[in-house]
Amino acid sequence: MNAALLIIFGTVLAAGGLGVLAGRRVKMDLENWTVGGRRFGVVLLWLLMAGEAYTTFTFLGASGWAYAKGAPVYYILIYGTLAYTVSFFILPPIWRIGKRLRLQTQPDFFAAVYGSRGLGILVAAVGVLSILPYLQLQLAGLGFVVETASGGAIAARTAIVLGFLLTCAFVTTSGIRGSAWVSVLKDAMMIAAVGIAGFGVPAARFGGIGKMFKAVLARAPGHLVLPGAVPAMDVPWVMTTVLVTGLGFYMWPHIFASAFTARSEKIIRRNAIVMPLYQLPIVLVIFVGFTAFLVLPGLKNPDTSFLALVRETYPPWFLGFIGAAGAVTAMVPASILLLFASTLLVKNIYKAGFNPAASEERVMRLSRRMVVLVAAVALGLALCLPNALVNLLLIGYDGVSQLFPGVVLGLFWKRATKMGVACGLAAGLAVAAVLVFGRLDPVLGLNAGFVALAANAALAVAVSLLARSRPTPAGNPQGGFS
Amino acid sequence: MGRGTKRALLLGAVPFLTLVLALPFVNRVEPMVFGLPFVLFWILLWVALTPVSLFFAYKIEKKYNPPEPDIEPGPAPDSDKPGEAPR
Repeated sequence: MNAALLIIFGTVLAAGGLGVLAGRRVKMDLENWTVGGRRFGVVLLWLLMAGEAYTTFTFLGASGWAYAKGAPVYYILIYGTLAYTVSFFILPPIWRIGKRLRLQTQPDFFAAVYGSRGLGILVAAVGVLSILPYLQLQLAGLGFVVETASGGAIAARTAIVLGFLLTCAFVTTSGIRGSAWVSVLKDAMMIAAVGIAGFGVPAARFGGIGKMFKAVLARAPGHLVLPGAVPAMDVPWVMTTVLVTGLGFYMWPHIFASAFTARSEKIIRRNAIVMPLYQLPIVLVIFVGFTAFLVLPGLKNPDTSFLALVRETYPPWFLGFIGAAGAVTAMVPASILLLFASTLLVKNIYKAGFNPAASEERVMRLSRRMVVLVAAVALGLALCLPNALVNLLLIGYDGVSQLFPGVVLGLFWKRATKMGVACGLAAGLAVAAVLVFGRLDPVLGLNAGFVALAANAALAVAVSLLARSRPTPAGNPQGGFS
Repeated sequence: MGRGTKRALLLGAVPFLTLVLALPFVNRVEPMVFGLPFVLFWILLWVALTPVSLFFAYKIEKKYNPPEPDIEPGPAPDSDKPGEAPR
């Protein structure tokens, strides 16, 4: 067990150190901190986006879904691919406007395109409310992975506090550049862990992936096709869910802003081309989940299936390696979430709403302090009130995806107005909230977020058509798609 | 909307057709391919082929809508040094 502890502590410390070093020779102003000075090339942009996409819950959740729900887990493979395809078309014009107007955040974009500070504040509020529970989830994931992988030798609380202190350290010193560099370590370890377990576990238990699937078919013939074990998650649910999550993916404020870090739009397009390939390793996690379905029936928490099966199959040091990979995999997205929650709060709510005269230096200084405050709040919630934000988490994806019509109409439709987009957004959020909190999701077999998105888009277009054409300072982006 | 953009968008529609609209028709176990249930094989196949389709969209975009050579960044909004260019 000592080897496992050593690997976990060593990796987490190395991640913190790497992150701090990443920003050592860069003068940290707001532009460098939030968007890396718009200098990221193909490799750093890829690492950043991959760092955002693969979270701890990608691998705990994917195996958990394969274990408990079966075929509905396939949606994870699909939505990422749709998201990257969408990014190929919308990120380059977003990047162009961003570069021209020095935009750094998603609310900046809304405020500029629609010439409305109020809309920017509304979007920032939606962003922060969506990010916070997600941040807490990363923390919880970190604690859970490390505690399980260390066989209880490191308590979840210890892991959460240590991981978070280090994450705070590299976010405040290096900003987005730190996240991208720690992603190097994270991705290498994740791919190794997932590759070894994904091929190794089915082989060790059943002599191969094909034989494992045959065994699943013999045990539960319906598990491998939709709707798997959950009748409500049939084909229409998957179709609408991948649309909502695929369109909504780049609407997460921290992922949206990664567009601004690129050096050129060519780099964004190239990145969008290769990113779908990065979805493929997730299928290995799904293999492990299906194997656990056969070997370890009756787990209380399906999300433990990956770690439980690895513990049964491999020596303890490898479990330590998985734990270390899981911890860093939580730290990278957590760092980006922290960075943008803080910047949104300071730049797009405090400055835009209360103190328009605040200088860039002041915004930068306050954002850095805000990182510590937001981290402390998330830490407090994770340790003391782990269920306080569960409701927000339920609606997270449905919520951020409601920003999609505003982005796309703002880019490609000259007549879109701020009133139209604000009405659509409010209606979309209201419909999603009523359906999700009223336990009406799925609605007639459709994803509730999809229903909300349809209402949102229809209202945004209708209200815009009723109003006069929009008076915007930014106007439609030049070139392409208009 | 230019011709190039339309063609690029058609290529961009490929994953939406194959991975969303086609789903009701491929939701089967048989025939198993490479030991995988057919629906999973189909999904992996099109996830892997989407980059090919996007690559051609990229070629078309480059031909019809070449990126603007250089975009002048706006002045820094709050600083007293206007036009401090991002490096």
